[in-house]
Amino acid sequence: MSASEYERTPGIGDSVRHPEIGERLKRLWESEPGLRGWLTTVDHKKIGLRYIVTAFAFLVIGGIEALIFRLQLSWPNRHVLTPEQYDQLFSTHGMTMIFLYALPILSGFSNYLWPLVLGARDMALPRLNALSYWIYLFSGIFLYAAFIAGFGPNDGWFNYVPYAARAFNGGPNIDFYSLGMVLFGMSTTVGAINFVVTFLRMRAPGMSINRVPMITWGTVTANAGNLFAVPSVSLAFFMLWLDRNAGTHFFDVPGGGQPLLWQHLFWMFGHPWVYAIVLPAMGMVSEALPVFCRRPLVGYTAVALATVATMVLGFGVWVHHMFATGLPPIALSFFSAASIIIVVPSAVGVFAWIATIWLGKPVFATPFLFFAGFILLFTMGGVSGYMTGSLPVDWQLTDTYFVVAHLHYVLIGINVFPVVGATYYWFPKFTGKLMDERLGRWNFWTMFLGFNLGFFPMHVSGLLGMPRRIYTYADGMGWDWLNLITTVGGFVFATGVLLFLINVVISHRRGRPAGDNPWDSPSLEWATTSPPPPYNFAVIPTVASRYPLWEDRMPRSVRESATEAGLVLDHGREAVGTGPLDAQPDIILKMPSDTIVPFVLALMLTVLFVGLVLHWWWLAVLGLLGTGAAALVWLWPRAELGETAEAKSG
Amino acid sequence: MRLPRALGGWGVAITGLAGDARASQPLNYLVSHGLQNDVTLPLTKALIAVSLTVVLIIGLLIVAAILRRPGLQPVAGARLEVGPEGGGLSWIWIGVGLSSLVLLASIAWTVAVLGQTVHPPSKPKTRIEVTAHQWWWEVRYVDENPALDFATADEIHIPAGEPVAFKLIGGDVIHSFWVPLLGGKTDLIPGLTNESWLQADTPGTYRGQCAEYCGAQHAHMAFLVVAQSPQDFRRWRDSQLQSPAAPQGEAAQGAQLFTMHCGSCHSVRGTDAGGVLGPDLSHLMQRQSLAAATLPNDPAHLSQWVSDPQAIKPGAYMQKPELTAAELAAIRAYLGTLR
Repeated sequence: MSASEYERTPGIGDSVRHPEIGERLKRLWESEPGLRGWLTTVDHKKIGLRYIVTAFAFLVIGGIEALIFRLQLSWPNRHVLTPEQYDQLFSTHGMTMIFLYALPILSGFSNYLWPLVLGARDMALPRLNALSYWIYLFSGIFLYAAFIAGFGPNDGWFNYVPYAARAFNGGPNIDFYSLGMVLFGMSTTVGAINFVVTFLRMRAPGMSINRVPMITWGTVTANAGNLFAVPSVSLAFFMLWLDRNAGTHFFDVPGGGQPLLWQHLFWMFGHPWVYAIVLPAMGMVSEALPVFCRRPLVGYTAVALATVATMVLGFGVWVHHMFATGLPPIALSFFSAASIIIVVPSAVGVFAWIATIWLGKPVFATPFLFFAGFILLFTMGGVSGYMTGSLPVDWQLTDTYFVVAHLHYVLIGINVFPVVGATYYWFPKFTGKLMDERLGRWNFWTMFLGFNLGFFPMHVSGLLGMPRRIYTYADGMGWDWLNLITTVGGFVFATGVLLFLINVVISHRRGRPAGDNPWDSPSLEWATTSPPPPYNFAVIPTVASRYPLWEDRMPRSVRESATEAGLVLDHGREAVGTGPLDAQPDIILKMPSDTIVPFVLALMLTVLFVGLVLHWWWLAVLGLLGTGAAALVWLWPRAELGETAEAKSG
Repeated sequence: MRLPRALGGWGVAITGLAGDARASQPLNYLVSHGLQNDVTLPLTKALIAVSLTVVLIIGLLIVAAILRRPGLQPVAGARLEVGPEGGGLSWIWIGVGLSSLVLLASIAWTVAVLGQTVHPPSKPKTRIEVTAHQWWWEVRYVDENPALDFATADEIHIPAGEPVAFKLIGGDVIHSFWVPLLGGKTDLIPGLTNESWLQADTPGTYRGQCAEYCGAQHAHMAFLVVAQSPQDFRRWRDSQLQSPAAPQGEAAQGAQLFTMHCGSCHSVRGTDAGGVLGPDLSHLMQRQSLAAATLPNDPAHLSQWVSDPQAIKPGAYMQKPELTAAELAAIRAYLGTLR
């Protein structure tokens, strides 16, 4: 192998005139069939779909949990659940939706779509990608194993100390939750690194920073944020585990610890996380809504900058979760002002989306319905957030159902609605088949009406003083009918989600064939087949504008993007590395082949955590050794990846 | 039939005008009977109005944007016209510009309200220490003269028309002190001492509620604030400093049983029952409710509570006593003398 392998002038080919390029690449990139291939694949598309399926499974589980406790709350003094059952259910519901659904679903879409929209053959770090998924899956199983055994988290997803301390919470519940979250945090962290590196280095030649598809802005911003946010919560959970198991006193009051330290560490993570689980979804809307308006997004630059601004400001508002903790009012007032000001970049998005519809010609397909509905729900979640940002008002609103309403408008309105719309939009790319439009309309209206019927009354029950996290309430508080309506609305909403799942299953079996580009979209993922081949693109596309596939029709547009002819790169699995700003190609990247190592590493890591949580120290040691061994195999220099001295010096 | 009342409640919730919310919606903070909430409520209502207006405007804009020209039906694979990239930026400038004005005004008003609510208008003469426990409220009146200190639980009497200072202590886990009709929340955090104040405009009974999740019986951790005229308050205060009268007959037997079975957790002033783990019961019969404002304080509910607390508050630290029915009746008779 010579140095010129990385700096050679790659061959240029035409994939239409030379279909054999594709056949050659297929042999290089295709995963083995069978179980072995299933465990070893590093194909971002397979990993992305796994993320999506797993996250939807958790959405369904978390939803069923919510339906059960809505039965308990549907009327005063009901006895469907005991207090302990209720507490574990609402805590597990929060954990499931916020951690196991909301970010992974977005990571799934991004994993699948990024290399395609960027015109690349894979993510920058394919093995890390597989590792990220496996750890996510195992951490989910770890957390749910505890729940099924009756030891689910019972202190809310926010897990405040001292109630989470051993003195008040003697069972293993919080140990499972703490270690499960540390494990899950590793998945998020390696995933985030992968997105950031991919964004900087894997864009098609010519896709300069101002031509990047909108969907990537949301995800890269969120994941850059995660790199700073997640360590805070992983540390907090690990410190809590030490307090509970090793006698440290980080949070332990008699030992001089500080309960508020937990809240700071948790919300320094928690609030940025809220943006991390909505910004990528907003990016999906910014990406796909314009397709159904038959024009580019209004204010590309403004929306991209607003995305970044939201994330940056999002690191400066965590204390608004702690307005009632008795911190000095002068300090609180800064956070109050910041929490109100953060509305500004959100408003940029709202007006850009409305202007895009206004100036375009809407196409009434199901994804459009979800995206248009999203704008309204986003606004509703936004204004209730603005209300809670005002410090003296929040002293009343906080910890009431008003906040429950707010956070569901944010998380369902800004995450679930775009995600379902995005599924309708990209399902043809995933499967080569269209989803059913008629069922899609029923799906949208059931979800939209059910959601508002269920969650809007929570604003009112909150204003009438209903506190959060109560397992029951007395007659005569003025909340009974509101709660009944909420429960009914919740079930209607769940029916809508069920229609969605039915549509997915039916369309997967016998949906109409989609063709490569059923929506006449402008971005690169639609330049390849549906579903795409293992290597994504036979030749690396070259990009000359923001909307390569619309160049032939947009007024005043240059027509220089090329998707049929480009770099071939077929000396093994190869990709092209480009510059972070101008996306000029500067190196040929040797991409790793399929390997079992990420699976083994994730499994061994999980063994380590199982050993720790059960105090089976021998198992922990075994897991640690296994993790080390797997890491060693992973990092062992390989000539074919250019990691040995000979390979480097040529 | 509760529906009409609930609908009336919506009216109260939205207008904050009609009816006495203290009875029908005891935690509805769109009704104010206290100085803090008096100052905050106009801001709260203004923010609600702004929010509803914004949702209405944005909703209308979305609908208008969709309907202003005939839409297209989706046809898979059809190649359609595409509009030019420029234009529309004025939407963002105008929209964000107007929003920013409203936001800045909201911040200004927020800070103004803050200035009026952080400190009481005058130095409070009454000082009360509240310690929150899983799942009840210890209430201690502190005076410069320690002989005038006394304790009660789950029911806080205050003089109306003047500010009262609260010292808030977390007894075990975090709780939050909240009397919605009078003012906002302040957490009670172990290891910290928080301060807060309330001022009731007029005499009346106001419901309070723990607002921070604190475990199994978070739902049943309420309390009452009884605002009284200054004279009534003084009278009540003096009565709390008395020891209850010595019990007679069955109650005397109950007193012995109480000291033996209940006295390690509960106190009764002037007796051997001196426990501090549970509520002080010296003047139980003066209180309106039992078990942290979970049950009305009447003989039937008292019997029910004492004979099986776990049936009412599962997970509470008060266990079902292993006593015969006659013994329970004696204890209840004794409790009935604690005036």
